[in-house]
Amino acid sequence: MGEPGTKELLSLEELEAAGSFRTGRKHILSILVENKPGALTRITGLFARRGFNIDTLAVGPTDDETISRITLTLDGAVQSIDQVTKQLHKLINVLKIRDLEPTETMARELALFKISADGGSRAEVMQVCEIFRAKIVDVSKRTLVAEVTGTQEKIDAFERLVRPFGLVEMARTGEIAIARGRAET
Amino acid sequence: MRAVDALMECLKAEGVEVVFGLPGGANLPTYDAFYDAGIRHILVRHEAGGGHAAEGYAKATGKVGVALGTSGPGATNLVTPICDAMMDSVPVVFLTGQVRTELLGTDGFQEADTIGITMPIVKHSMMIQHPLELPRAIHEAFHIARTGRPGPVVVDIPTDLSRADIPYEPITDVHLPGYQPTTDGNQKQIRLAAKALANARRPVIYAGGGAVGAAAELRELATSDRLPVTCTVMGLGSFPASHPQWLGMLGMHGTRTANYAMDEADLIVAIGARFDDRVTAKLSEFAPHAKFIHIDIDPAEISKNVPAHIPIVGYASNILPRLTTEYRALKPDPARLEEWWHRIESWRARYPLAYSDSDDSEIKPQYMVQALFEATEGNAIVASDVGQHQMWAAQHYHFDRPRQWINSGGLGTMGFGLPAAMGAKVGRPEETVVCITGDGSFQMNTQELATCAQNGIDVKVFVMNNGYLGMVRQWQELFWDRRYSQVHTGQYPDFVKLAEAYGATGVRLTDKHTLVEGMRQALATDGPVVVDVRVSAEENVYPMIAPGQAARDMVG
Ligand SMILES: Cc1cc2nc3c(=O)[nH]c(=O)nc-3n(C[C@H](O)[C@H](O)[C@H](O)COP(=O)(O)OP(=O)(O)OC[C@H]3O[C@@H](n4cnc5c(N)ncnc54)[C@H](O)[C@@H]3O)c2cc1C
Ligand SMILES: Cc1ncc(C[n+]2csc(CCOP(=O)(O)OP(=O)(O)O)c2C)c(N)n1
Ligand SMILES: [Mg+2]
Repeated sequence: MGEPGTKELLSLEELEAAGSFRTGRKHILSILVENKPGALTRITGLFARRGFNIDTLAVGPTDDETISRITLTLDGAVQSIDQVTKQLHKLINVLKIRDLEPTETMARELALFKISADGGSRAEVMQVCEIFRAKIVDVSKRTLVAEVTGTQEKIDAFERLVRPFGLVEMARTGEIAIARGRAET
Repeated sequence: MRAVDALMECLKAEGVEVVFGLPGGANLPTYDAFYDAGIRHILVRHEAGGGHAAEGYAKATGKVGVALGTSGPGATNLVTPICDAMMDSVPVVFLTGQVRTELLGTDGFQEADTIGITMPIVKHSMMIQHPLELPRAIHEAFHIARTGRPGPVVVDIPTDLSRADIPYEPITDVHLPGYQPTTDGNQKQIRLAAKALANARRPVIYAGGGAVGAAAELRELATSDRLPVTCTVMGLGSFPASHPQWLGMLGMHGTRTANYAMDEADLIVAIGARFDDRVTAKLSEFAPHAKFIHIDIDPAEISKNVPAHIPIVGYASNILPRLTTEYRALKPDPARLEEWWHRIESWRARYPLAYSDSDDSEIKPQYMVQALFEATEGNAIVASDVGQHQMWAAQHYHFDRPRQWINSGGLGTMGFGLPAAMGAKVGRPEETVVCITGDGSFQMNTQELATCAQNGIDVKVFVMNNGYLGMVRQWQELFWDRRYSQVHTGQYPDFVKLAEAYGATGVRLTDKHTLVEGMRQALATDGPVVVDVRVSAEENVYPMIAPGQAARDMVG
């Protein structure tokens, strides 16, 4: 790779090869933070600075009202995420970070799908919903809204199946997760 | 009392002797409190000058520096010093004024999102949301700035809250559940490190900015045997340059001896050093034969750039004495280092830091630093700016004491030198404080000469005047086919007249034969002095590891 400050020409391919590899390993980070202004911005800022793309992000209260839990999923890049988690630990408002092992973790996401379902397709759509144990929470003449919970993969699969009927819009919460068994997350 | 009066009490409780700042609308209440608080306030001419002065004060004294600015432009002027303090791990608390709370987010007059702008470049920051929070926030800020890996903390105070009437109770405890630095160093790891060191045949101690507060402890360890020591630019002075075990600085413009020793070492003990790319050069070829012991207060530094075999997290000052004890207990055989020292001595003899002096009266920049060393008997606190002069100062002024060398390494901020020297002099008034600067850098914060003149802050500024943004010119000469693009500054301004206009003394020195004497006179002159030293225009800093090269391929 060309060195900064020298006149060596850099090809776009070289630049890309150096920067944007993904290992594809998914990470679920569970982060406990003090409920202080700006805490979330500081955390997401660290990921942005290192060039990590956050795939999903969910924030909510915990059993302690001064503490929030942030659940964040991302795809690993070439470098491991260790450096980012170490940097996260340095944030004064961050109390605890767990890089959850997917096999030892219960992860769930909630999604709402607004699907076109006029006369002809309605029955078929409802059948798909049933298979996925999706709840129909709103119905209009031409659409219905289905609520699905499950793993990211399950929701992705549901999306694939209903898309052909006409997906008007979709909203997903991003995963939240908790460790299996007695261990604390 | 008013929240701002409580602020004064907090500053006093933190032992603050002096602050640097400049007032404005949003911090009028704070300045009203300064009126009779009994804390020395130095009025700077630009907030950046105040920020760097606070850094210089902190670097020279080891205490927390304090800088203030108003909202909006006052705060944005502090951005460079904040970032500089972050990069070089300098403990500084920045207190910024903010618009009143009801105007927040409305583009109110002189509103800037100070917390947002500075978020990636602070160790921590806090916006005061309720006046009762202020005292605790101030103590937390000092605690965070001072402890662990030191760094900048910003406290942003909306003007309405600072006028609120609050009951004030002194705060004696600071409790931050998310902030508990590991300071002691794991004993097992220390034992392991001692063993590795006792078995090493080609060890090198690589000390950085984090060793500056553990100079005596470092010396104890190094002299347990003849362990060779090199320092980064930031670590200079943590080990005496006059010591026979000193190899010189390492890195891009370090000595061949130090860089070759790193290249052939079998064990490197990194102490408060962060394997910066100016040090490792081509990372894949850095110290290829070495195992690494890495002592650092910041766990995020461990294995960041170079994998550590034996990491030890904690304060160097806590770890080194125990490492020394463990090491000595192993009674290592000093003879094992003999061959290594032969090798080192042969490099030393072959590659001293040399340059070809002029045959006439022309002042070579390297000679200028040597002359200053002579004129100050090697005893001054030297604050430097950024550029060629900085590297020559690092190479040719031999620092024997910690906190004797103050410079901007990580950010490389031109304009750092004069205000940093000013802050150092305020913190260490009994010392001779000189600033080595360049004709380019000096102009980035010259206005602080007025501050020095008005307050009788006795700094002596030596401008290495080559008429160029020399460091950039050097790169254009060496790596861009001499296409000099926008680096010639000529002889503007006249620094002697400029000094006089500011109420300082101006002197010009152009002859190498009378240089030392001229410098002595300048040093003996009362008050701030600017010495315009005309040096060779196109000299290059050598030796040098060219970009992309490995240490063993140094040139010059
Ligand atoms: C023009 C120019 C040229 C340069 N050329 C060179 C060069 O040739 N050689 C060179 O070395 N540098 C050079 N630099 C400086 C370089 O950019 C870096 O700033 C420098 O190398 C970093 O020094 P350091 O590793 O000592 O780290 P510092 O930035 O000083 O960091 C200190 C480290 O110590 C840790 N620490 C802090 N306190 C403690 C403690 N109490 N106990 C334990 N650990 C602690 C911190 O966590 C951190 O990891 C140059 C800069 C400029 C502007
Ligand atoms: C604020 C800032 N702008 C630009 C640079 C890039 N830069 C690094 S060294 C240098 C030249 C400095 O010139 P001068 O102060 O005259 O020092 P010399 O190298 O000539 O000794 C420049 C422009 C910088 N480090 N800081
Ligand atoms: Mg110059």
